Amino acid sequence: MKRRSVVKYAAVAAALSLGLTACTGGGGSSDAKESGTVRVTLANHVWTEGIKAAIPEFEKSSGLKVELTQLGEDQLSDQYNVKLNAGSDEIDVMMYRPLQEGKAFAKNGYLADLTDKVSSDSGWDWKDYQEGPVKATTVDGKVVGVPIITEREVLYYRKDLLQAAGLQVPKTMEELEAASKAIKAANPEVAGFVARTGKSAAVTQFSSFLYSFGGDFTDSSGKSTVNSDAAKKAYAYYGGLIKNYGPANVSTDMSWPEAMAIFTQGKAAFYTEADSLYKNATDPAKSKVADTVGFAPLPAGPAGSKPYNIPSWGLAVNEASSNQDNAWKFIQWATSKDRTLAAQKAGVPGPRASVWSNAEGTSTYPKDLADAIAVSAKNGVGHDRPEVVTVGKAREIVGEPIVASITGADASSAADSAHESFQKFLDSEKK
Amino acid sequence: MSVMNAPGSAPARSAGRPPSMGGNFSTWANRHRKWLFAAPAMIFVGVLIVFPLAWTLYLSLTDSQGSVRAKTDFIGLENYLTVLTDTERFWPAVGRTLSFTGVALVCEVVLGMGIALLLWRPFRGEKWVRVAILLPLVATPVAVGMMWRLIFDPNIGFANQLLGMVGIPPQPWLSGQDTALGTTIFMDVWQWTPMVVLILLAGLTSLSDEPDEAARVDGANSFQRFFLITLPLMMPTVVVAILLRGIDALKTFDILYATKGKGGGSFHEVETLNVYAYGLSFDYNQYGLSSAVLILFFMIIIGSMWLLTMRKKAVSK
Repeated sequence: MKRRSVVKYAAVAAALSLGLTACTGGGGSSDAKESGTVRVTLANHVWTEGIKAAIPEFEKSSGLKVELTQLGEDQLSDQYNVKLNAGSDEIDVMMYRPLQEGKAFAKNGYLADLTDKVSSDSGWDWKDYQEGPVKATTVDGKVVGVPIITEREVLYYRKDLLQAAGLQVPKTMEELEAASKAIKAANPEVAGFVARTGKSAAVTQFSSFLYSFGGDFTDSSGKSTVNSDAAKKAYAYYGGLIKNYGPANVSTDMSWPEAMAIFTQGKAAFYTEADSLYKNATDPAKSKVADTVGFAPLPAGPAGSKPYNIPSWGLAVNEASSNQDNAWKFIQWATSKDRTLAAQKAGVPGPRASVWSNAEGTSTYPKDLADAIAVSAKNGVGHDRPEVVTVGKAREIVGEPIVASITGADASSAADSAHESFQKFLDSEKK
Repeated sequence: MSVMNAPGSAPARSAGRPPSMGGNFSTWANRHRKWLFAAPAMIFVGVLIVFPLAWTLYLSLTDSQGSVRAKTDFIGLENYLTVLTDTERFWPAVGRTLSFTGVALVCEVVLGMGIALLLWRPFRGEKWVRVAILLPLVATPVAVGMMWRLIFDPNIGFANQLLGMVGIPPQPWLSGQDTALGTTIFMDVWQWTPMVVLILLAGLTSLSDEPDEAARVDGANSFQRFFLITLPLMMPTVVVAILLRGIDALKTFDILYATKGKGGGSFHEVETLNVYAYGLSFDYNQYGLSSAVLILFFMIIIGSMWLLTMRKKAVSK
């Protein structure tokens, strides 16, 4: 083979891998006129399924045409990274994760300022939105998104196993540990407790434990506190529960689908997870334990029961879109009181206070779950991960002690080294 | 319509009326025809290869992060310095990339050669066996990754149930810190050995039978015939197989991402350079740093390919 063809092979090989970062600049809109077609990008989610079915209704009443793109969570965020980076006007309305991407997107100027729009329509009623979710979609005093789905961490448990062991539903972290231990000892095939174990994936669920032990990721001045005594105890507790009473051969890569699978296959007694995923456990088509699942508020730690209460998804308007008014019309319709109520009845906990105070809003929920949500909404903390710009990296850093603790390493020294890296990371973000 | 003039006929026109634009163009086109015909290909290469490469090289010299449109500063080789002194993520990723490629290649070539030798001589049901062997090749790598991930699940996976039947305790497979890379190598071998078989089989069938027969007459056993006759004759084909598979294995991304996700698992246990660069770009939004990693990766690929082609030249002589 000639040398030239080597270079050619190598160049092709590299171009394929280099393609990753090859985003062209420029783009933008050449046509400032509003278009009759609203291009909407949504994630695969129960909420999306409901909206999709109702879109013809919107098209009829507004006279606009909706062009829908639907993607998996990771693909969605990669898509945004490429398209928004390139200043593309191909997206008008975007479903995004306020706590994961909100700050970064707002900082990069990807999100249109909706402050005037949300306050202009009193019938639509922005004041009806819960405080925590609103805070998460507001960046530097500007409203950049409208929350659509809220989540709190609750305890999923198996009524039959608890009954067989003669145990009450645990109200405190100590009781949870004792019950997990007792059930695992009585049923060697069943784990006492299961939860997410992946370094990054576990952070959001661990956060409720962190708050309930009295800790947080940062203090009010923005300094790292992941090695505080409370945080160290929380790390040791969460990892210890999984290590000692978790499934045999526990993997350190579990996100919710894997952890949920273990629970719904009947292989665990307790599971802490977001309430918005409850249908996976109560749907007989997906769950072997559908009729024996119970729900309870997160057990209380030394600082009480403090689960996160967050908007996991919101809708925003692309700043580069030339179709912003029509995009807003779509959002206004999709987040109206009626639509929110319909979505909530289909199993998507909404961000509107009026829907929760309406008996119809909780009529389709298992009663114990609705009660647990009500309690959690009251005590909840408005974030479930560090509130920074590069959330992905921060999650990896603060998640390190979780996996260390699960694998039996010293959680305390892991927390110390995570603190050091996290503080360095926070300093670098301030620059 | 302008007529294509032979290069020599151009001066004839200048004697009469002033030359038309068309005439000018065809003269010009004639003179530059080798460039003209190559232009589409050159533009293609320029847009799809040279531009991304140059852009990546440029990004690697800036502190670009967050958004590629954000204001960036030129920081020279700082990113390279950061990357090359990073013993936490970069160097382990280099090690994993090379060991993944090396081990997978050796397994694939040895296994591929064995299977190709078995398939070399005609036998009954040959067609069916060939189809069965080629099946993994036609599957999408992401689907392959998902499938093995289910099979290797530590708690509900088929692999551990199978082991349980013969009394072997469950293994961590993909979830183990030490076993994950080996498991992904196994998947790569499972999927890509058929390609090596195809290439080697093509090489084997094009070999002349005479040297082998002569050796047989001289009383050489099959072992000697393989190592002293078939293998040396096959070397150029083997190097081609290594070259093609090597480039592919170095770039492996889908199997790793589909089985272990971002960062190559909680302990970065399967994080190769590709996975690392992807994470830097799409999870951390550090485009400058990611570009530096990719440029270094590009150099590693060119370097290995250069070494291999030198080897091939030596073999071909």
